[in-house]
Amino acid sequence: MDKLEAKNVNVFYGLNKVINDVSISIKPNSVTAFIGPSGCGKSTFLRLFNRMNDYIDIFKMEGKVEIDGKNIYDKAIRVEELRKKVGMVFQKPNPFPKTIYENIVYGLRIQGIKDKNILDETVEKSLKQAALWEEVKDKLKNSALALSGGQQQRLCIARTLAVEPTVILMDEPASALDPISSAKVEELIYELKNNYTIVIVTHNMQQAARVSDTTAFFYMGELIEHDSTKIIFTNPKNERTQNYVTGRFG
Amino acid sequence: MNNAVKNRIKDNAFKYFGIACTSFGLLMLAIFIGNILIEGLARIDWDFITNFPSRNPDKAGILPALVGTLWIMGLTAIIAIPLGVSAGIYLEEYGRKNRLAKILEINISNLAGVPSIIYGLLGLEIFGRIMGMGGSLLAGASTLSLLILPVIIVSTREALKAVPKSIKEASFAMGASKWQTIWHQLLPASFGGVITGIILALSRAIGETAPLIVIGALAYVPFVPASPTDEFSVLPIQIFNWISRPQKGFAINAASAIIILLLVTFVLNGIAMYLRNRWQRKVRW
Amino acid sequence: MPRLKEKIIVTGLASAAIVTILTTIGIIWVLLSQTIEFFSDVSLFDFLTDTQWTPLFADKHFGILPLVAGTFLTTFIAILVALPIGLTIAVYLNEYAPKSFRKIVKPLLEILAAVPTVVYGFFALAVITPFLQMLIPGMAGFNALSAGIVMGIMIIPLITSLSEDALFAVPMSLREASYGMGSTRLQTAFKVMVPAASSGIIVSVILGISRAIGETMIVAIAAGQQPRLTLNPLVPIETITTYIVQVSTGDVAHGSLEYRTIFAAGMALFVFTFILNNISYWVKKKFQEKYE
Repeated sequence: MDKLEAKNVNVFYGLNKVINDVSISIKPNSVTAFIGPSGCGKSTFLRLFNRMNDYIDIFKMEGKVEIDGKNIYDKAIRVEELRKKVGMVFQKPNPFPKTIYENIVYGLRIQGIKDKNILDETVEKSLKQAALWEEVKDKLKNSALALSGGQQQRLCIARTLAVEPTVILMDEPASALDPISSAKVEELIYELKNNYTIVIVTHNMQQAARVSDTTAFFYMGELIEHDSTKIIFTNPKNERTQNYVTGRFG
Repeated sequence: MNNAVKNRIKDNAFKYFGIACTSFGLLMLAIFIGNILIEGLARIDWDFITNFPSRNPDKAGILPALVGTLWIMGLTAIIAIPLGVSAGIYLEEYGRKNRLAKILEINISNLAGVPSIIYGLLGLEIFGRIMGMGGSLLAGASTLSLLILPVIIVSTREALKAVPKSIKEASFAMGASKWQTIWHQLLPASFGGVITGIILALSRAIGETAPLIVIGALAYVPFVPASPTDEFSVLPIQIFNWISRPQKGFAINAASAIIILLLVTFVLNGIAMYLRNRWQRKVRW
Repeated sequence: MPRLKEKIIVTGLASAAIVTILTTIGIIWVLLSQTIEFFSDVSLFDFLTDTQWTPLFADKHFGILPLVAGTFLTTFIAILVALPIGLTIAVYLNEYAPKSFRKIVKPLLEILAAVPTVVYGFFALAVITPFLQMLIPGMAGFNALSAGIVMGIMIIPLITSLSEDALFAVPMSLREASYGMGSTRLQTAFKVMVPAASSGIIVSVILGISRAIGETMIVAIAAGQQPRLTLNPLVPIETITTYIVQVSTGDVAHGSLEYRTIFAAGMALFVFTFILNNISYWVKKKFQEKYE
């Protein structure tokens, strides 16, 4: 069964239609890249999967978005529960102004988990998964804001992993980082694929080609083409996709 | 003389005029504080603080008024802080898109401009007469709480607004509910700003005179208020009362009491400014 | 049931916000109910046209005009002092002064704004009046002039800080354009910056007027308690606010006509400030639209 599925989705900001009749399905334990020029709606579309658009006043949606076969826009769905299952990493690292330790356990604390052993274990496990453990294990009580940009972003990934989601949404997670940090994050994404379903929005086509299994090309609010990454970058069916991946516009 | 030279002279003339005007404000402040210090400093001693008011200016003291001011400050804080901060949170985080919020916003900006003496009339009827509190500390504190509510609400909103949106998004994305996000992230991050607003509001409350006179606070109190239902006086009313007397001795007493009142006001403002600066430096992440 | 808990919290927060609406309703209700009773004894026509205000005397007259005249006289003097000085300081700080100077002056002006008004009243009576009496022989001990001047000093920080914010909000590009064409700082300030910030400056003046009309302690202490229909700034007068204080410090029985006069006077005061505040709110909204 598909992990994520969107059926005939339209999104409006006020009177503007920003997503036009998009349907897509995404397999479990895969990395899917959303690419396309700025303003094509790829970030908006990504944010549908954890309902982050709900906080925009003028946002309106039609169609169905399903995770594990369940419509997440159903009235019975609790947004907080959904977001525990669907984690998100943002474009700019946004650690809370707290210690490294408190950042990681935040998700557990708000679920009411107080057991120190569980918290400690989770911190170690998540930081190891995010390949950050070795760098910060001696300064867990230091402020997260003292970390470098790349470390902060991996901390944000660790923080997301701590609540054990099954899906991770990444909105240009490496665009604010230097090339070395960026490479580390990419490596991490590759590792995480075994256990998570990852959707990543990126401007960087080499990055999409390196990390993803399938790639979806968006243009003017429409999904033009979704196929295996190899095909999209070497032999796309649609002419607009070809123009974009070969750099003729964008 | 050509135009460019003329312009440059005018430009410089204005510069000195600007310096003169700025100095005027500061000079007034200096004369003002200097004058009061000269008049009143010599009169301040332990007896002045611990004596009751008296017909004899040399024996008169400010004890009941000072205690009344402390009572008023404490009670006003207890009433106004929870109300003001809650209302600020509601307006900034929950009610931004509905009609109620629009009405609330216009209403609060209007309330902020209502003269303080009008709040006195409100307190006189509602708290004093209808709710039967008379001219008690509780009536006074309730009145002043309503008076400073807009200040606390506005500063709470400003402080919340200053928290980067990314923090909020990160918390939501972790599955935190709105209240959890506010409680665990927004309030701690905006704490400095909220506290600053509260202190400034309280410092305004202890300087207020007119509304308390209107609700019936007394000018002459021969006892130390011991419970919120007691009648009371406050420092500004004591000062007003002394200023209104013709004898020179009372004018000196007024100056001395002003020194004490200014001391409290400036200390509170100083703390607020210090916190604000510290918080502004910290908030840049 | 976390969902229930959230609901309870939101309801609690909203109720706190509702208190502000109840306050407004309370103010209007209190003023209105007492004023209506007042007008069952006194005709509105007399209230608005009689030139004497003597509710506390045996021969009672209820003409609000003397109080209004006193209020506007002191307000006018205050603005005459505060506007030129306050605006000049704002322009100077924004266009001329070195940053370090600005950093020192702004908190000092804030101190000026934090001083309790009863203290300003003392200053007017004990310092300004004796000083003015040396310059103007024959000036009364209580008068509109020194109260107005000191009220003006009190309002300077308000006008300076709001005008400065407005000037500061003018886009840098505008200033650069002006300098680029060879303007002096003075020309840039008054031909480009002040006009561009005019609505914000207007707001500061309106709020200053509103503040002066509602100010109580300075006038109660220094301007006298004699309702008088005059524009002479050298004699004792009485403002609306002073009258309310005067009655409150005396013994007036609740429910009497004298008691109600303070609510009628308060109503007049409320109407003036309400109108001014709404004008300023409206100007401010317009101004925001312009820049966004």
